[in-house]
Amino acid sequence: MTDKYTQLVSHGLGRDIAKKLGLPQPMALRRHTPGQPLVTGPVLVQGAGSGADALASTLLSWNLDVRRHAVPKEKLGAIILVLDELSRPEDLEKPVLTAATSLRDLAANARVVTISRSAADAANADAANADAANPGAADPAAAAARQGVDGLVRSLAKELRAGATANGILLADGAGTTSPSTLGALWFFLSGRSAFVDGQFLTVRSAEGQLPADAEKPLAGKVAVVTGAARGIGAAIARTLHRDGATVVAVDIPAAGDHLAAVANEVHGTALQLDITREDAGQRIIDHAVERHGRLDIVIHNAGITRDKLLANMDQGRWNSVIAVNIAAQLRINEALLASEHFRNSPRIVSVASTSGIAGNRGQTNYGASKGGVMGMVRATAPLIGTHGGSINAVAPGFIETEMTAKIPFATREIARRLNSLQQGGRPGDVAEAIAFLASDAAGGISGEVLRVCGQNLVGA
Amino acid sequence: MSVNGQSAPGPQDPARAATTPAAGPVPDRAATPQLRKAVIVGGNRIPFARTGGAYTKSSNQDMLTAALDGLIARYGLQDERIGEVAAGAVLKHSRDFNLTREAVLGSALSAETPAYDLQQACATGLETVLGLANKIKLGQIDSAIAGGVDSASDAPIAVSEGLREVLLDLNRAKTLPQRLQVLSRLRPKDLAPDAPSTGEPRTGLSMGEHQALTTAQWKITREAQDELAFNSHRNLAAAYDAGFFDDLLTPYRGLARDSNLRADTSLEKLAALKPVFGKSLGSAATMTAGNSTPLTDGASTVLLGSEEWADAHDLPKLATVVDGEAAAVDFVHGKDGLLMAPAFAVPRLLARNGLTLSDFDFFEIHEAFAGTVLSTLAAWEDEEFGRTRLGLDGAFGSIDRSKLNVNGSSLAAGHPFAATGGRIVASLAKMLHAKGNVDGRPARGLISICAAGGQGVVAILEAH
Repeated sequence: MTDKYTQLVSHGLGRDIAKKLGLPQPMALRRHTPGQPLVTGPVLVQGAGSGADALASTLLSWNLDVRRHAVPKEKLGAIILVLDELSRPEDLEKPVLTAATSLRDLAANARVVTISRSAADAANADAANADAANPGAADPAAAAARQGVDGLVRSLAKELRAGATANGILLADGAGTTSPSTLGALWFFLSGRSAFVDGQFLTVRSAEGQLPADAEKPLAGKVAVVTGAARGIGAAIARTLHRDGATVVAVDIPAAGDHLAAVANEVHGTALQLDITREDAGQRIIDHAVERHGRLDIVIHNAGITRDKLLANMDQGRWNSVIAVNIAAQLRINEALLASEHFRNSPRIVSVASTSGIAGNRGQTNYGASKGGVMGMVRATAPLIGTHGGSINAVAPGFIETEMTAKIPFATREIARRLNSLQQGGRPGDVAEAIAFLASDAAGGISGEVLRVCGQNLVGA
Repeated sequence: MSVNGQSAPGPQDPARAATTPAAGPVPDRAATPQLRKAVIVGGNRIPFARTGGAYTKSSNQDMLTAALDGLIARYGLQDERIGEVAAGAVLKHSRDFNLTREAVLGSALSAETPAYDLQQACATGLETVLGLANKIKLGQIDSAIAGGVDSASDAPIAVSEGLREVLLDLNRAKTLPQRLQVLSRLRPKDLAPDAPSTGEPRTGLSMGEHQALTTAQWKITREAQDELAFNSHRNLAAAYDAGFFDDLLTPYRGLARDSNLRADTSLEKLAALKPVFGKSLGSAATMTAGNSTPLTDGASTVLLGSEEWADAHDLPKLATVVDGEAAAVDFVHGKDGLLMAPAFAVPRLLARNGLTLSDFDFFEIHEAFAGTVLSTLAAWEDEEFGRTRLGLDGAFGSIDRSKLNVNGSSLAAGHPFAATGGRIVASLAKMLHAKGNVDGRPARGLISICAAGGQGVVAILEAH
């Protein structure tokens, strides 16, 4: 299922030639399949503080093969770099350079995950909070050290090869190394579920969230609505949520009903043919979920359209339809959801944004505006849904191999899919995995975040 | 009230329950049958396509399976063992002897769902609903899917009688000389295929020619027929625009709306069409391609269940199937028009249920031809017809035309013979549910479908 070039340079002569010529050598990524072990080998927990100790013992209880010191020449499945006690940039040296000696021992598709404190908390000068209990407040040196982790991880991600990725978890005040969502995020980053997530950070904002009783069924008992579910990324989201135990309501426009029915039947869910731009779309979604499935826990705003045109040639129809479907409909549905008494039990919303909304894309001013809008909406909605114990996040896909991107001319497509640290395009399922994680209670302490699933695109933010 | 001297106690009649004869030892439950309600949960159809259009390459089985899968997806019936599925097709290949069961096996339903085929010309779809509803009422099954499908594009073509007899004899011949002798009987005319037609075997007249006679007999004007056709298109287009079909229809093969629908038609455009039927009648010819239904491909399904089954599956209960009636007329000897059987079936059905035409909120009279609907209404409004043919004191009655086919009917949607019943039942059930109660009683709808062979099947639905 990997692209032809990746197949060619993965074996024998093709591999040797690519190596000699210095051509990109994308790796067939390790993607999650039910029953697969979390990591491919021993996990090295690097870091000396109490946070690292607590984390290491938790990971032992997960039956992982945990190392506190590297064994020379032993292949590692992951390195977890616990940096939660940094107070100045010089503090980085010891743990980072110690970990460096193990980098060559990383197995294919290994993981490097850092756990550090959010720089924002150290930068927010607030005299009232600058006390012993909150040592990071208004502390430039701590902020520098913490922000340094960001640059470190993003650079390291670009150095790693053979499908290995580097990502980071940021702890806000109130979250620790063993908070439920810290462990949830770590579980996600270590697993094959994060195959196409590279060079990214997730901030754990609180000690909220709950790890699943069954790691294979983190969404057991949940009812999830997926818009735009008839094909592509939406269909993959429906499949992944179903695999993780959710009952899926598959939503798409009436004209896509035949593909929608096939997806709904495949995932043993129900099909709801609905134009999400209708005034009453939110209420109809709530009614369907509650009447047919008894509850509503998760809404995935995936439906989106493109109507590309250079801004100089943009017309009202193209502009308005993209704004209406991609962001205005989400806002209106969210209003209905937040007002509904049926959406109060740890509700989760995940929106699909796009790297076009972050880095921009020529010919996509309307699309970029709508997807930028999604991210703004998610950040502003987080405190609102938080009052109901819920969360809202966005996932921004990069180059994903879909029917849509298959239509891009060959050369352009080939360049687009190589321009990331993993040197290949992602799959709809990669986006779906990130969404399924953010929709789970394990991510309950994560809200208002935008997670990129882009293999660390080399362009843009 | 006695209609046509055939008043029979119906299922609502308590006298019948008390006098039901039972053979042999009498089990208690046979002596006091408690009829359950049969509710319509919903329906699904594929858009109807004019013959030779989007579904040219689709078989009856393909289309019926697609309609079933859309229904399964809408109501989450994957791997569900339904009590029974019944459907049928009017134009049917002999290889499709188990059409419905094969469609079930190809669908997402449990493979342990039994199914049977039924065929009653254009009444097939409605008859599957009535038959299965009766089984539910009796407690024989808890859930059912009724349906129908037809393809005039993928119609069976038979070999001629001459060739068929030769081929059968050839199969029985044992020696080479015998085989040669059989083959020598073949004549060139035997090689011409025998295509199906909508002609009546006993009169040789097509359905359109038959209706042309009836239309002329009841003095139905061209203008009245064109107006009915215009309203059908306008109402269907408005229903689509309002999203009425969002939960009644699943697109198929690139089609999301009925391909026969002409949202932009006008009375002027319809008036410009030349008559196609009844031309031998000279100036009286009024039936055009605009006020007659075209040959159409399509499939429809209806999900039925007991109230308990619907509740246990968290499914909606839109309407109940109250009662149904079939009738037939002697069109062969010209006593009545070919498609006039509903004119007799409806008065009998209403009498049995103690109802009049004014007790209904919706009328769904299948538009085989505009002339069929208008001739039926004219017969009901006719004093003499009421007295001499229906055995009433006068005219049977008239209907409020604003309640007729309010979301369009066959003239606009098209008419894949066996699929029309399911289209009407699902749409009417949704309309009744939305209407709810009227003057303290559940909203009520009447369905009337005429069929080849001088038959007609009619039914009453009520909002749940």
